[in-house]
Amino acid sequence: MYKILYADKLAANIYRMVVEAPMVARRCEPGQFVIVRVNEEGERIPLTICDYDREKGTVTIVFQPIGASTLILADLGEGDFIEDFVGPLGRPSDLIEEDIEELKKKHIIFIAGGVGTAPVYPQVKWLHEHGITADAIIGAKNKDLVILEKEFREVCNLYITTDDGSYGRSGMVTTCLQDLIDKEGKQYDHCVAIGPMIMMKFVCKLTKEYDLKTIVSMNPIMVDGTGMCGACRLTVGDEVKFACVDGPEFDGHLVDFDQAMKRMTMYKTEEGREALRLKEGKTHHGGCGNCGGDK
Amino acid sequence: MGDVWTKVPVREQDPKVRAANFDEVCYGYNKEEAMTESVRCLNCKKPKCVAGCPVSINIPAFIQEVKEGNFEKAYDIISESSALPAVCGRVCPQESQCEGQCIRGIKGEPVSIGKLERFVADWARENGIKPKKAESSNGHKIAVIGAGPAGLTCAGDLARMGYEVTIFEALHKAGGVLSYGIPEFRLPKAAVVDKEVENVESLGVKIVKDVIIGKSITIDELLKDEGFEAVFIGSGAGLPMFMHIPGENANGVFSANEYLTRNNLMKAYREDYLTPIHKGSKVAVVGGGNVAMDAARTALRLGAEVHIVYRRSEAELPARAEEVHHAKEEGVIFNLLCNPVEIYVGEDGWVSGMKCIRMELGEPDASGRRRPVEIPGSEFDIDVDTVIMSLGTSPNPLISSTTIGLDTNRRKCIIADEATGKTTKEAVYAGGDAVTGAATVILAMGAGKAAAKGIDEFIRNK
Ligand SMILES: Cc1cc2nc3c(=O)[nH]c(=O)nc-3n(C[C@H](O)[C@H](O)[C@H](O)COP(=O)(O)OP(=O)(O)OC[C@H]3O[C@@H](n4cnc5c(N)ncnc54)[C@H](O)[C@@H]3O)c2cc1C
Ligand SMILES: Cc1cc2nc3c(=O)[nH]c(=O)nc-3n(C[C@H](O)[C@H](O)[C@H](O)COP(=O)(O)OP(=O)(O)OC[C@H]3O[C@@H](n4cnc5c(N)ncnc54)[C@H](O)[C@@H]3O)c2cc1C
Ligand code: SF4
Ligand code: SF4
Ligand code: FES
Repeated sequence: MYKILYADKLAANIYRMVVEAPMVARRCEPGQFVIVRVNEEGERIPLTICDYDREKGTVTIVFQPIGASTLILADLGEGDFIEDFVGPLGRPSDLIEEDIEELKKKHIIFIAGGVGTAPVYPQVKWLHEHGITADAIIGAKNKDLVILEKEFREVCNLYITTDDGSYGRSGMVTTCLQDLIDKEGKQYDHCVAIGPMIMMKFVCKLTKEYDLKTIVSMNPIMVDGTGMCGACRLTVGDEVKFACVDGPEFDGHLVDFDQAMKRMTMYKTEEGREALRLKEGKTHHGGCGNCGGDK
Repeated sequence: MGDVWTKVPVREQDPKVRAANFDEVCYGYNKEEAMTESVRCLNCKKPKCVAGCPVSINIPAFIQEVKEGNFEKAYDIISESSALPAVCGRVCPQESQCEGQCIRGIKGEPVSIGKLERFVADWARENGIKPKKAESSNGHKIAVIGAGPAGLTCAGDLARMGYEVTIFEALHKAGGVLSYGIPEFRLPKAAVVDKEVENVESLGVKIVKDVIIGKSITIDELLKDEGFEAVFIGSGAGLPMFMHIPGENANGVFSANEYLTRNNLMKAYREDYLTPIHKGSKVAVVGGGNVAMDAARTALRLGAEVHIVYRRSEAELPARAEEVHHAKEEGVIFNLLCNPVEIYVGEDGWVSGMKCIRMELGEPDASGRRRPVEIPGSEFDIDVDTVIMSLGTSPNPLISSTTIGLDTNRRKCIIADEATGKTTKEAVYAGGDAVTGAATVILAMGAGKAAAKGIDEFIRNK
């Protein structure tokens, strides 16, 4: 059992939790993820590590409730326990394995979309701690959904853009990137984009035009997260890769996003049913241990 | 009751009924049936059966106790050699092991050793009998990686010798393939697997879940920083293979591992668990081993029409005879001597059919089995909406790639000495599927036992 030491809400539908998990905290690096199982009946849900404190033995996760398991997780608070919290999984970000002096010469731009802002944070922070100041774009639907602004400002050059123009610049992250390069004289030689798959797809389409190498963090459906099931497989270039062990970061210009997005919808019907069952106590047969079922 | 030439038949759930539920297929013997069957054993002076058992259970001795009705004594005898008798009695390929060697089998049917073993283990469990614990600890700490049959056996044996053993398991549940792979209807989880794991724990073994060696912590750290004097690797062969044919990443194509894990470990077939599974209405399972049979019979129970697609003929099916027989009884359709060449994908990204090619058997290959060869121009389509790939598995490189000095062979299997489990790295032992590639429960247990002895010797001579 893993204790939740702190929990808050970053935006209307975005939750943050600091979890006591010393074994994960000791070894994790930016770019890696954990698998969380809320309770005995819950799914194994992959979540990116958004921050960690090796001394305190804590790991921070940020998530958006979208289905039954994340809804149950969102219901927990400070002092509650999570049944399973396993990691760190996946490969650390390539950036942290590069030579620091080489990195210092690079002009790096991070592009974060929605809840994907959270996993970008540890990378930007890591670079800052190693004396490198990167640029970052945070994109959100509107003002209320912009998260971690203060944290980002402390560790990088930040640009914020909202779809409806209610905060920062107006428009999608791709527009912002275009403006930075075309109108504001910025030059980049490395891009990291993390967010909804559709965002990553369009960022990659654009950066290909600029010949700007782009790393994306893929978040396909997973089960074990250790390479055992193949649920997370993606086509990258001509190869089939397992996101959980070969990734989650890949060269965005090689990823088959259309296939990945189709695979994401695999359980839409079944998942919808589960979520509905969770909301409508009457049809729910109980036993999840959380909602009290239809007692 | 039958004559001395045939086994006492075992009661099973009606095929028509069981094809729609996940309850255990085979009911096993009751007291009377077990005692009747035990009389058939000739109590041979040089029992061939024992030689056929990879962990050398004293088969005639335990059967004699069954004959007398001393079931607890029978259990003690089995426990000396096996930590998981309720499991082995159910899933061992007995026909090619103990029973395959039984002298009775020359003229008639061999003694039903597996079913007797299962009866004794089930009886002991129902009567609350536990295996015997070590008197006191010897103070030496040993780490075991993986809570599958190899790891559990090695840990249990070491604990009985007095070692302080900690098992590190990557998943949230112990049991390895017994928990995530083999289905409920063949090996009940709560009633059998969990209880056998508890037995190992009752010997003093600590099981720490959610720890992935190579990721959460490395073997070198276990040895250097955590005070373990030796490590046993029983991490299995969990990596699924795919065919690399067009359409294989379509929605509705799964590895057998994924399909079975969703259903067994995550209990997707139960209403109260959240993990989803794609039921499918026409399912093709590609492959012919135990895993393929399990996937096929699972899909069948979830309501699908199921086809096994296998490239050789019936005689070469690697699955246990009993499993093939059960699958047929339940209505699984066998498409033999054919192989998929392409999976058709619809507009929506889902499987819309599969193209196969007919095969014929050519010359025997290195394994001695006749090699299947494609018949040119014989392509044909089958109408399926789901494909489950069950082509075999290989060891996960996670551990070997993070442990300095641990050598593997061409097939990614860890190199270890058969008699002692010793690897190329000092203080590190290995056994089970991680060393042999996908094999059987009892071979994994045998390797765990051998390594326990190897580790004991290593510690004593230190
Ligand atoms: C490596 C990795 C890192 C991730 N990091 C984060 C993170 O930091 N924060 C965060 O909020 N989410 C993250 N995700 C996504 C998160 O795992 C899913 O949102 C979660 O599994 C959904 O579970 P659920 O039971 O609540 O929803 P479900 O009921 O399983 O799904 C609801 C809907 O979402 C779709 N869906 C299923 N799985 C995913 C998925 N993996 N991603 C997106 N949609 C999915 C389903 O098709 C369905 O339509 C990450 C995923 C991966 C693979
Ligand atoms: C579907 C299916 C049906 C089968 N049917 C039969 C049958 O009828 N009869 C039979 O005899 N055999 C059968 N087998 C084969 C048999 O189950 C295996 O040979 C046996 O389980 C191997 O045991 P093991 O202990 O070596 O590995 P496993 O059972 O695979 O256990 C390995 C364990 O190690 C854990 N692990 C892996 N990597 C790490 C890591 N880095 N850190 C921590 N833990 C880790 C895994 O999670 C797992 O729990 C079947 C296999 C499958 C998949
Ligand atoms: S463990 Fe397996 S091989 Fe050995 S006696 Fe029992 S059933 Fe036979
Ligand atoms: S070989 Fe057969 S008959 Fe002889 S002891 Fe073994 S089980 Fe009994
Ligand atoms: S999640 Fe199972 S192999 Fe990646």
